Amino acid sequence: MDRRDFIKMGGIGLGALILPAYGRHVAAEVLLTKMDAATKKKLADVALAAAKSGGATYCDVRIGRYLRQFVITREDKVQNVVNTESSGVGVRVIANGTWGFAATSDMDPDSVARAVKQALSIAKANSRMQASPVQLAPTKGVGEVSWSTPIVKNAMEVPIKEKVDLLLDVNAAAMSAGASFIRSILFLVNEQKYFASSDGSYIDQDIHRIWAPTQVTAVDKATGKFRTRDGLSAPRGMGYEYLDAKPEHRIALPGGAVVYSDSYNMKEDAIAAAKQAREKLTATSVKPGKYDLVLDPSHLWLTIHESVGHATELDRVLGYEANYAGTSFVTLDKWKSKDFKYGSDKVTIFADKTQPGTLGAVGYDDEGIKTQRWDLIKDGILVNYQVIRDQAHIIGLDHSQGCCYADSWSSVQFQRMANVSLSPGKEKLAPEDVIKNVENGIYIVGDGSFSIDQQRYNAQFGGQLFYEIKNGKVTQMLEDVAYQMRTPEFWNSCVAVCDDKDYRFGGSFFDGKGQPGQISAVSHGSSTARFNGANVINTARSLG
Amino acid sequence: MSIMTEQEAKTILDKVCKMSKADECTAQLTGSVDGNVRYALNSVSTSGIVNNTDLAVQVAFGKRVGTATINEFDDTSLEKVVRRAEELAKLAPENPEFVPAIEKQAYKPSDTYADKTAAISPDYRAGVAADCIEPCRKDKLVAAGFFTDSARFTAIANTKGNFGYQKSTNVDFTCTVRTDDARGSGWVARNLGDVSKFNAKNEIKTAMQKAKGSVDAKALEPGKYTVILEPAASAHLVSDMMFGFDARQADEGRSFLSRKGGGNKLGEKLFDERVNIYADPWDADSAVVPWDDDGLAREKTPIVTKGVVEYLQYSRYWAQKQGKKAIGQPGNIIMTGGDKSTQDMIKGTKKGVLVTRTWYIRLVDPQTVLLTGLTRDGTFYIENGEIKYPIKNFRFNESPAIMLNNIEELGKPVRVADDESPFIMMIPPMKLRDFTFTSLSDAV
Repeated sequence: MDRRDFIKMGGIGLGALILPAYGRHVAAEVLLTKMDAATKKKLADVALAAAKSGGATYCDVRIGRYLRQFVITREDKVQNVVNTESSGVGVRVIANGTWGFAATSDMDPDSVARAVKQALSIAKANSRMQASPVQLAPTKGVGEVSWSTPIVKNAMEVPIKEKVDLLLDVNAAAMSAGASFIRSILFLVNEQKYFASSDGSYIDQDIHRIWAPTQVTAVDKATGKFRTRDGLSAPRGMGYEYLDAKPEHRIALPGGAVVYSDSYNMKEDAIAAAKQAREKLTATSVKPGKYDLVLDPSHLWLTIHESVGHATELDRVLGYEANYAGTSFVTLDKWKSKDFKYGSDKVTIFADKTQPGTLGAVGYDDEGIKTQRWDLIKDGILVNYQVIRDQAHIIGLDHSQGCCYADSWSSVQFQRMANVSLSPGKEKLAPEDVIKNVENGIYIVGDGSFSIDQQRYNAQFGGQLFYEIKNGKVTQMLEDVAYQMRTPEFWNSCVAVCDDKDYRFGGSFFDGKGQPGQISAVSHGSSTARFNGANVINTARSLG
Repeated sequence: MSIMTEQEAKTILDKVCKMSKADECTAQLTGSVDGNVRYALNSVSTSGIVNNTDLAVQVAFGKRVGTATINEFDDTSLEKVVRRAEELAKLAPENPEFVPAIEKQAYKPSDTYADKTAAISPDYRAGVAADCIEPCRKDKLVAAGFFTDSARFTAIANTKGNFGYQKSTNVDFTCTVRTDDARGSGWVARNLGDVSKFNAKNEIKTAMQKAKGSVDAKALEPGKYTVILEPAASAHLVSDMMFGFDARQADEGRSFLSRKGGGNKLGEKLFDERVNIYADPWDADSAVVPWDDDGLAREKTPIVTKGVVEYLQYSRYWAQKQGKKAIGQPGNIIMTGGDKSTQDMIKGTKKGVLVTRTWYIRLVDPQTVLLTGLTRDGTFYIENGEIKYPIKNFRFNESPAIMLNNIEELGKPVRVADDESPFIMMIPPMKLRDFTFTSLSDAV
């Protein structure tokens, strides 16, 4: 992601919060309004007609209204409440077999027709350097349809005061429990997207997302040591109901940590974070070496994201992202061989943009394709990639997999990661059952530092909480832990995956890709899994 | 309307300040024209131009603050945005860390604008792509690159009589060249204010040479090595370290510049005495606008002098609380060095590793600014003053606070802008001992 395009909030310090600087500041009430579908259809038809008469063989129009609310607090202070709105029209055409794209924030027929003209002229100009014409996988128009995130409580309708009160209450509880500092935030997103195409689709979608991250810091002035513990929530494709904690969504893990599934007790987690951040100050520093890892879903989602999600994006495999995010080790010959062992036979990993409550869940993607589920790795063998309409033919598919996305009306849509998840094990297995068989291991909860190379081979991951496992028992908290892995070896070392009772989601609100950079939100599900013989390093250093 | 003249901008900002009925009002007007071309697999993939102009109005009633923005500038729209900001302020909770608008500042203009950059055309951008793609095609190489240019203006004013206006331009170019069998990869990057100093045909030769030279890389054992980090390879590490210079975090005990027992390490010698870092908005090679995001005038500011920490960044709130003077936050970071180029430094190296670029750098431990990341697109083994052979990429786990105590030699600084840094930087090539590589990567 391009950090220069981001606003910094909460100070410039290490780990400072950096948010995308999106849209215009508006009053909270503006977040409750909508544009009616008939008006959008009229505008879309102007664009489709202008494209046809201008010689386009294909056109799609996205009329987008992107609403965001950020509520940011630290300790007993509200640092910022920001409401933003960004709206406009993006038009994509194919002319002379080449893509052209243009966008305008002026949502009147003349401006939209002008944008179509610009897109046509860009397509025609670039067609001179086009080696072969764009080949779109066929799709049938779906007519006039709509889809909404199935939310119970629209977070934009919850008064700001209620949100501020919640965060300040959470902060006070953490401070009482021993935190030196706490930062807590609500990120709320509503994407109102209308898609129309020359294939005959008019798709109106209303998409909601929520994220409630916290970070507690404990400082020991005497030793000069400080430690942080981030909240164990997950960003979700849900409404404000995610913050109405339900007892059935509270999971006490072996060793004492508590995590959450489909609703989140922010206050309870902040109190635990304060105590655990303090415990980290005196926890045993890990002895580097080989360990069996037991990875909680609150941690494993990020490993899946980096080592499978990005690695199986076909545009990266082909080289379209070579200059920035990189290429991929998952080359076409491995897929064609039909026997590339990405992981052990315990490992089935699938892409799915339909799972309710996930960040990637939509009815249709930004090319108007109905979303779906498909396997990427089946019983350890690589079987598929993630592709959109103009890539499907490259791997012999007759359809797009529906994972095209643009982060704004003004950004051109391209292939973005679907929710990519590890299938739960078929046999009954709980985290306790996994741990009881581990002689010398580390149990990791929560995501931490992460880094992976430009072909997705070599990765290093930290975490939030690390527990030593000795002879089948969780014995003590550890610190300074990071594991280094080579992707195929790591997934081939997977010897156990818990059953679907343990299946939970993690995810990212701000996954970056492309030049100019775009972000997207994506979830990753898994159950707790065991990986044998991982290389663990000690990350403690002395500055003298 | 994207690039306004000073008079056009001042007229709008004056109107806004007069319209406001709040205790105080600050307004900022910015405009930009950003153009780009992206190419991959030796073909242009996307290109575009984005025009944007925005007015942000911030008002305060007591300690209640409201902000609103708009991109229309007729009187009715200006009235609307001011009233909206005022309504938001009245609804906002009091901000206990509120600091009043800045007093009138004296801004000394800096040389941030080049007519030639502002005049870049779509044809010029297509030419940059062609200048990279054509030689690569002829040499069985594959180019993937991104060229982006921007022309901007920024103007600020407040009800205390402050006003500033300045234009700026920037060009950023990166290109990755890979061999067509994907066994070698090279890279080149340039960042400039004035495009007349840029020649894609020359630049691409570096990436092509590194791509061809990196085929058949040998594996070395991970461990501690003497390295030569090219400026682009160390810039991100230095930039990340600067985030630790926040005074409040240091005083709160959660920075590598916090002192055991309380307080901060201002005035302490923490780096090799050859480490000199400063900010200077008027620097000829890395000029930036002479005020920061708050409108505070930037000054030439020593940050580290002969290894001693001379500066911590005080926000206006923290400065007021601690009885310090807040000055404009740096927009550039200039690290001094010597006269030698990277090539000269290779000649004087008996054994070492040359690193072209580092990648996916993330903070592992804020206590020590331990960072992890990987080398990429051209890593070579040096023996007896020559590049002997390409080596496989490494993962490193290293702290810039440790690295800058292990200096063997510093070369001539060059201008660098990192994708994930807010600073324009002047960074020398660095020869460092005991740089910590912790594992090998098979990535090319």
